[in-house]
Amino acid sequence: MGDHHHGPAKGLSRWLFTTNHKDIGTMYLWFSFAMFILGGTFAMIIRAELFQPGMQLVEPGFFNQMTTLHGLVMVFGAIMPSFVGLANWLIPMMIGAPDMALPRMNNWSFWILPPGFLMLASTLFMEGGAPAFGWTFYAPLSTTYAAPSVTFFIFAIHVLGISSIMGSINIIATIMNMRAPGMTYMKMPLFVWTWFITAFLLVAVMPVLAGAVTMMLMDIHFGTSFFSAAGGGDPVLFQHIFWFFGHPEVYIIILPAFGVVSQVIPAFSRKPLFGYASMVYATAAIAILSFVVWAHHMYTVGMPVAGELFFMYATMLIAVPTGVKVFNWVSTMWRGSLSFETPMLFSIGFLVLFTIGGFTGLMLSIAPADFQYHDTYFVVAHFHYVMVAGAVFSMTSAVYFWLPKWTGRMYNETMGKVHFWISFVGFNVTFFPQHFVGLAGMPRRVPDYALQFADFNMMSSIGAFVYGASQIMFLYNVIATIVSGEKVSDEQVWDGAEGLEWTLPTPAPYHTFEVPPKIEATPAHG
Amino acid sequence: MSIKKSLMTAGATLSALPIAALAQNQVNMSPGVTRVGAEIYDLHMLIMIICIVIGIGVFGVMLYSIVYHRKSKGYVASQFHESTKVEIAWTVVPFLILIGMAVPATSTLLEVYDNDDAELDILVTGHQWKWRYEYLNAEGENVSFFSNLATPQEEIYNSEAKGEHYLLEVDEPLVIPVDTKVRFLITANDVIHSWWVPEIAVKRDAIPGFINEAWSKVDQEGIYRGQCTELCGSYHGFMPIVVHAVSQDEFQGWMSAKRADKDAQIAASSVDLSLDALMTEGESVYKTQCLACHGGQGEGGVGKAISGSAIAMGDLGVHLDVGIKGVAGTAMQAFGEQLTDVEMAAVITYQRNAFGNNTGDVVQPSDVAQHKQG
Repeated sequence: MGDHHHGPAKGLSRWLFTTNHKDIGTMYLWFSFAMFILGGTFAMIIRAELFQPGMQLVEPGFFNQMTTLHGLVMVFGAIMPSFVGLANWLIPMMIGAPDMALPRMNNWSFWILPPGFLMLASTLFMEGGAPAFGWTFYAPLSTTYAAPSVTFFIFAIHVLGISSIMGSINIIATIMNMRAPGMTYMKMPLFVWTWFITAFLLVAVMPVLAGAVTMMLMDIHFGTSFFSAAGGGDPVLFQHIFWFFGHPEVYIIILPAFGVVSQVIPAFSRKPLFGYASMVYATAAIAILSFVVWAHHMYTVGMPVAGELFFMYATMLIAVPTGVKVFNWVSTMWRGSLSFETPMLFSIGFLVLFTIGGFTGLMLSIAPADFQYHDTYFVVAHFHYVMVAGAVFSMTSAVYFWLPKWTGRMYNETMGKVHFWISFVGFNVTFFPQHFVGLAGMPRRVPDYALQFADFNMMSSIGAFVYGASQIMFLYNVIATIVSGEKVSDEQVWDGAEGLEWTLPTPAPYHTFEVPPKIEATPAHG
Repeated sequence: MSIKKSLMTAGATLSALPIAALAQNQVNMSPGVTRVGAEIYDLHMLIMIICIVIGIGVFGVMLYSIVYHRKSKGYVASQFHESTKVEIAWTVVPFLILIGMAVPATSTLLEVYDNDDAELDILVTGHQWKWRYEYLNAEGENVSFFSNLATPQEEIYNSEAKGEHYLLEVDEPLVIPVDTKVRFLITANDVIHSWWVPEIAVKRDAIPGFINEAWSKVDQEGIYRGQCTELCGSYHGFMPIVVHAVSQDEFQGWMSAKRADKDAQIAASSVDLSLDALMTEGESVYKTQCLACHGGQGEGGVGKAISGSAIAMGDLGVHLDVGIKGVAGTAMQAFGEQLTDVEMAAVITYQRNAFGNNTGDVVQPSDVAQHKQG
């Protein structure tokens, strides 16, 4: 690269005013890690209180604030922004574009996030405390019966929603308009495909969430009764609206994770992804189905039996495309030439644990059985298998995989592997026993529990502390890599890695693909 | 080296746990004491076993690859990357398996929803944070009562040893007859709750302003315990459900006794009580109804302080209003229906004389009755 390329601005203004996709991606990633630590701290408080039966550390009301903020911060602050950061860094490099299509909006969609979360976190210090109604904020607990801080929560949700919508529009515009000549849709890496579909989901459902919180605001301050039977409304209406957003939301979280794993597994299997086209179709099928299954979160609200049957059948159907994806990943590994560097370990960890989460998901889809599972720790175990072992493991895999390309330095492999094994064991010790206590009858979101659940809860708490502590090792490894990691100059970094980003110099220069690359005539994926 | 190290960590973690005690820990769903519960349990086991079998297949193939198709063993990757036949197979086969699951699931669901021909109707109302039960189709007048957590605060806050049924015990359980189709009409007074007793296979949300139906036909006499399963505020974890399933004769006897109690209560509210009697009764009412929010010494918490408060030391009429009608828009509920006149008189008297309030006021049940009429 010649001298005529201008580099980044100096000092704080580089970060405040940047329109560079790599800078913005970096900020998203650091911000989401900070939120991961914050949300994790809340989780540690929850597990510390649940270490033994009886109330020891916090009051029940504060416990509810912790479960609420843990969920909100992890979903909206940690997982979603982390994948947006990944999209920012990688999508332009993967499709041969110089930057995102809407760089100024890109800056704005990041920079409204920190104030949004500052506002959400500030509710902890308000009179009456932070929101204490769960991350699903069911009315009327979140309206008539909520602490005054709920108004700040509503405003924060609006801000996060605007950020997500702008980010998604940017991703859609980039993918549709900025692909290098010859980069047809069916040649795009699967990570780009999964984000493309995710972005459409976000644009479709974030306004629905905005509608839900606006109706709450009206009920609280302007005398409407959307969610109050006394004024002709219906509390269950809230749940329908929330889950119409909420179910696509869980796929918004998991689809980019699928994308990452679909890049990493072929690289370390030294073999092309099996069934590329079917992976694309399966992703689209999951996304479309996600719009017609929302009420499986509400089997116990007293829907008519015809509604229950519809949502049960539709939900069960999701197992088909999800199964296709799992079979394709396993087939990719089959008769490959496998090696087990840290990114591969996290992706295999993802594959095993996400599959378990998928199985429990299938069990939960069975409406009559769900009458026994609903709102117990069985559900908690299920969604942590897909959210943590799914999304977070995949994200961790992505960081290890692309970090050398981003920084030009290699992380400490031994420490990475230790991080994986401690995470893997810690995670399972935390969440596997929760299946048992859930089936045995322990409800979720309780600060205290009956004595028969004591042993498994103590085990869960120990696992959580181990898993939590292992993230400090991750942070240390990443910082040590940036500061003093062994230099890498090989463009490809990993011998099995495929894709345009691996044709760029290492570390990736500030500006890349100012001249579109030539895409080989042969399909990249077969 | 790293693998060995982390396995050692895992081993250390596991050996630190009370393994011996694990044997008694329930790890699976209970089939319970109803036919529907047993069907749900069978369905749960069927799906779980299918999942485990598929899991063994998928993970087996993966494990084989991990062990044998290694670069470190010099295995050379083949480059196959698609097969339409295989893709069709693993789309169609799971679909057929799903149909196999959907058939029993549908028939069980239809049975769960068959609320007709109930022999006994009970209205279940969720309150923050207690349940109220009202027997509707009993002959004569309806019988109703509140069911509160009976576990003392001392056990919750660890100053006393926890009892066997810690957090799963109530002052007055729901009593139902066995071999009788009991229909529960479930609703709520404030926020959404959910009424769940795993062993009798009923979980249904209690939604303010709407009535949900559920039913159960219990086969065995016994005591079955459950909890609220929808987050309903601070004390969501402290509103258990206890169901006593008794023989039909015993149930009739219990029902007559409840009616007699009700008559006795009406009679009692016309009798004046001494300050001492009111204080003793008031203290026990305070502990079950007020303490969670107002504190053991009336120092306040979720609710306002009672010790030295303008309400508890000021005008009696205002104090009675707060107790009977509650304070709109706050967690302070209307206790007028939840407490008998005797209990209300006692607790108001207690609040006006305990915690250093020493007003010397004595409130009689007749005062409460009179105040209620305005």
